Amino acid sequence: MNNITAMLSDPNMRWILLGCMLLGLSSGVIGSFSYLRKQSLVGDTLAHAALPGICIAFMLTGVKSIGVFLVGAGIAGMIATFGIGYLTRHSKLKQDAALGIILTTFFGLGIVLLTFIQHGDYGNQSGLDKFLFGQAAAMVGSDVVTMSLISILLVTICTLLFKQFKLISFDPGFARGIGYPVALLEQLLMLLMVIAVVAGIQAVGVVLISAMLIAPAVSARYWTNSLSAMIALSGLFGALSGALGTWISSSVSSMPTGPVTVLAATFFFIVSVLFGPKRGIVAKRFMSARVKKRFLLENELRAERMKGEAAG
Amino acid sequence: MSHAASNLYKEQGNKPPLSVSGLSAAYQKKPVLRNVSFEVKEGELIGVIGPNGAGKSTMIKAALGLIPTIGGEVLVYGKPCKEQRKLIGYVPQRESVDWDFPTNALDVVLMGTYGRLGWFGRPKAKDKALALECLEKVGMGDFADRQISQLSGGQQQRVFLARALAQNAKLYFMDEPFAGVDAATEKAIITLLQELKKQGKTVIVVHHDLATVQQYFDSVLLLNVELQAFGPTKDTFTREQLQRTYGGRLAFLDSSLTGEGAGIAVPKGESGHE
Repeated sequence: MNNITAMLSDPNMRWILLGCMLLGLSSGVIGSFSYLRKQSLVGDTLAHAALPGICIAFMLTGVKSIGVFLVGAGIAGMIATFGIGYLTRHSKLKQDAALGIILTTFFGLGIVLLTFIQHGDYGNQSGLDKFLFGQAAAMVGSDVVTMSLISILLVTICTLLFKQFKLISFDPGFARGIGYPVALLEQLLMLLMVIAVVAGIQAVGVVLISAMLIAPAVSARYWTNSLSAMIALSGLFGALSGALGTWISSSVSSMPTGPVTVLAATFFFIVSVLFGPKRGIVAKRFMSARVKKRFLLENELRAERMKGEAAG
Repeated sequence: MSHAASNLYKEQGNKPPLSVSGLSAAYQKKPVLRNVSFEVKEGELIGVIGPNGAGKSTMIKAALGLIPTIGGEVLVYGKPCKEQRKLIGYVPQRESVDWDFPTNALDVVLMGTYGRLGWFGRPKAKDKALALECLEKVGMGDFADRQISQLSGGQQQRVFLARALAQNAKLYFMDEPFAGVDAATEKAIITLLQELKKQGKTVIVVHHDLATVQQYFDSVLLLNVELQAFGPTKDTFTREQLQRTYGGRLAFLDSSLTGEGAGIAVPKGESGHE
């Protein structure tokens, strides 16, 4: 407990803590929709596709800031989305194969560009390779301010367009039927996902950021049957994972914050799978054990009664 | 109401609920719907009949503007479908959604009111009351709070119908509402269709079970990529027309279709060998 106060008294650590919690919150909220729309892996692909976008943005501007990277990653994400759509529509490929091809191609390109930047004469290149696995410690106040704005934007849009997003996640055909611009709303969700991914990349990295989109959402689903509660819980799990990740990595020397945050999210997932009410493994076991016990008891009583009747 | 507005209303009132001309649609290169034209009278129950792959669902979706078409015009009460969304109710196929979605029956029915709520509006108490009323109409009032994955197939279908009722439309499209439902649900759907008809609403139903066509529908639309026949059930639902539509893939168990008893027809080998 001592090191929590120590962590909070260090202004640098406070920024990192806040940043990680915000990234967990936003990816948890957006991740709920992508999970329900069965697009969890699209988030992973978008994250990997962001790498070449970030590299090219850096090469063109020579600036290292979330804003610039957002534009680069956003454009790369849109090209990747278009590529996935094109491949699934115009070739015999199913979505999993299309995602695999796009993900690896973009990531390969990203690594090539990254190596090129490191060996080229880009003076300010130090740290771009940190985007692979993230480096929360590199976050400064201005980054956290950007992330706060991003989180507020994401949560506000999801609140305002809650019923639209809910309907296109549950029944896009009906949504189209009542005149919702479904394609546009889907693009918007995709864009929000790109934004959440880019916001999280600095701390968690392109390779692992999809865990923050998937794990909190899946965990939350185990605790509730209401969409709004699920989204709130997912944001909470994400934020708690960020906090836990920062705390653990700050109290043990040379622990990477991003991966520890992902492991914290995984911890919440395991707890949910085991102990979630009704859906959780333990609850299900308990229920079937109870049914079995009652059945056996009734059988026993019946057998005894019959024995009694036979004796009497 | 101003004079102009009342004129406009009158003008609309005379227009048919649905008028389709030259509607065509294709998946990739294959046409699945070719040059379909028909006009529907107000207050009728219309069954859309045809073999698998005849484009029945496609026709509904194309008419609603849910899928791209390659030609044709669809007018709802005299205006393009896009401008008349509030007059149209839609019941998609039950299998088209994932019923493990985190929501309950009442919430799904509430979705029927979304079209009237505007961009940022939330359902209010009166919308919830309406949704509950719609659930009660399909005999599902006791299941309002039930998580939708815990409903049976027939109950899920009834929730979808209640949602369409909550849309409070004048023209309804239903995509195979009778597919794989229990007897209770089938009865509930029939009662509902009759009630909608009584209220002067027009309902277009994609239907699979030929045995019940004569009993349920005022008119039938026989479809096999092209429109085969369309008209009052007793004149149109004939052996010749069905033979033509199903291309001889039909075996009649009952000798007479035109007699008093309902004609029972069983499509031979639904999956088809062509």
